[in-house]
Amino acid sequence: MRLDVARVASTLALWHMRLALAGRSLRQNWSLFLGTRIGILGLAIILFYLLLAAAHPILMHTIWDERTYDPIVGYAFDEPVQPAPPSLSHPLGTDPLGRDVLSQLMFSTRSEFLLGLLAALMTVCIGTMVGAIAAYFGGWVDTLLMRLADIMIMMPAISILIVLSALFEVGHLELAVLIGLLSGFGGTGVVLKSQALSVVVKPYIDAARAAGGGTLHILLVHVVPNLLPLSFLYMMFTVTSAIFSEAVLSFLGLLDVRMSWGLMIHTTESAGYLLQVTEYWWLIFPASLSITLLCSSFYLLGRSLDEVVNPRLRRL
Amino acid sequence: MAAYLLRRTVQILLTLFVFLTIVFFLVSAQPGDITRLYSMDPSLPPETRANLQELFGVNEPLWKQYLVHLKNTVTGNFGVSFSLYPRTVGDVILERLPRTLVLFATATVISFYLGFALGKIIAWRRGGWVEYTSTIGGVSLYTVFTPWFGLMMIWLFAFKAGWLPIGKFLDPVVWRDAPTDSNTIFNLMLATAAVLTVVVFAVVLATSRKRLAKAPLIQAGTVTAAAAAVVGVWLASGVGYLAFDLVRHMILPIATLTLISFAGTMLLTRNSMLEVIREDHVMVARAKGLPEKVVRDKHVARNALLPVVTSFVFSLAFAIDGGVIIESIFSWPGMGQTLVSATVSEDLPLAVGAFVFVGVFVLVAHLAADVLYAYLDPRVRYR
Repeated sequence: MRLDVARVASTLALWHMRLALAGRSLRQNWSLFLGTRIGILGLAIILFYLLLAAAHPILMHTIWDERTYDPIVGYAFDEPVQPAPPSLSHPLGTDPLGRDVLSQLMFSTRSEFLLGLLAALMTVCIGTMVGAIAAYFGGWVDTLLMRLADIMIMMPAISILIVLSALFEVGHLELAVLIGLLSGFGGTGVVLKSQALSVVVKPYIDAARAAGGGTLHILLVHVVPNLLPLSFLYMMFTVTSAIFSEAVLSFLGLLDVRMSWGLMIHTTESAGYLLQVTEYWWLIFPASLSITLLCSSFYLLGRSLDEVVNPRLRRL
Repeated sequence: MAAYLLRRTVQILLTLFVFLTIVFFLVSAQPGDITRLYSMDPSLPPETRANLQELFGVNEPLWKQYLVHLKNTVTGNFGVSFSLYPRTVGDVILERLPRTLVLFATATVISFYLGFALGKIIAWRRGGWVEYTSTIGGVSLYTVFTPWFGLMMIWLFAFKAGWLPIGKFLDPVVWRDAPTDSNTIFNLMLATAAVLTVVVFAVVLATSRKRLAKAPLIQAGTVTAAAAAVVGVWLASGVGYLAFDLVRHMILPIATLTLISFAGTMLLTRNSMLEVIREDHVMVARAKGLPEKVVRDKHVARNALLPVVTSFVFSLAFAIDGGVIIESIFSWPGMGQTLVSATVSEDLPLAVGAFVFVGVFVLVAHLAADVLYAYLDPRVRYR
């Protein structure tokens, strides 16, 4: 019993130290992040869109009537002509089918976030494992994984996605999985492997092996945590490319989704309002600008994380 | 090095084989075949459709078709396109590839030049407002929703201002009474551009080595003279107006592509510069009292060029894929459009041919980038 108390106490002390260290490095990194400024802008835009996404269900349950404001099947009965210009009841007007543009915009924001995060998580999990395994084992495992990466990099991604979405019913979930596979086994895996190569030659890996650590233990406890900063960085870039691909594919009308920013522009295009930029600006600008802004914000965030993660980019 | 090249070549061939297999089965996994395009035509009896299927060999078992396409790829003779019958695949690719390459090579060269120049400046003025504005502006353009941006460019410069044509490769009205076809003119234009590039490059190389005081003057003079000579020759040839029409159609897509992609080079150059600035030789150069501009351009930028050159080779390789969106917005009949339309309409020979081309392009560029890296950086050695 006494022994257990001592063990608990030492574990607590260990975790206390770990937390203190983590807190200190977090504060350091946060001040580095603040120094880059572009990251703050990216974070602000992302927060703004998160608020938009969170506000939609609240508005739908309180002041927005479902029949008028539903993003997919709603119809603005209070407007005589569709598409109606912005008014007090419809701040961004209505689309050619009489649906509220602001409601569509806010409704789509949530699925864009989910798609981006899911694709990024897939990419990073696969990429980190591929990188760690290829670097740790070397030899034919490495060759096999890297040649697989070559094939993935060689795939003309947009063309392949166009073909696949013409072939199968590709929705948000399937798209996220596809992007995760293409980029995790492809480019991201290669980058993470080159980072892992510098980790697996460190003395503490040999020490862990000498202490009797198993392969899985070494990979998960000693290699992967040292890849995580870089993985996190590549998550941001994957979010950008996932949102972009979704927008392009649904703009071409190839995705099986109910509503998204790309689909909003697709509706505008198929109704023939695409080149009437000044007359029907609310049909074109909100969705396009949202795609651009959200993609840029994640990219800017990734860039500023790069400065935090990469010591060679720090100020002298 | 020779052993390395040999091993890489074998790996390239194996990779290409796997890629081809995946692509073939992906394309033929689509329901129906090429003759489904004709099934909408009521005047076409079912027997004719069956005959067509037999003629194209699409009623054979899949593995037999696969072997045929494999053989075609190995011999380099991709056969006849189904959708553009009776043109051969090689002919179609030979026509479309230069169009894509001209568009993307020009845009890539301009955007790398621009990106490198800007990247140098923003790395030097780190933390200033110049850096923030150009980073934020560049990233917004880099991640812009491409179809929308292309349409805005068309709307602004072609639709509202009317300075440039709205899209497509040429204006049929101009070409109605043309004495020759557009491919001849286009190939002649390519030849002129190649000669011009070689002349300018040779003069710049010759003068910059000699450390002449008047080198910039001579270079500028030669470039102007060569450009004037080219314009003069085209004007005198009598078909200059046709070439001018093609050039007019190229301006908008090239400008759009350049604006979209220059930020990638800019940010890469900046990071690469910031890594070189930390090195000792830069401090030595500063301690010698060299002007800041010399330190920046000769001591830092030269060494920071390495990753930029490699990424240049890569971005040329991905031109075809990146071209899909821009080519469809500007209705430019290039490889990207060919690839997608051949795949969607199940024109198997053309799709296989186009994909093999993309694959060879990317793999060879990958190898070229690695070899170039070893050549430019003596510290890198391959075994």
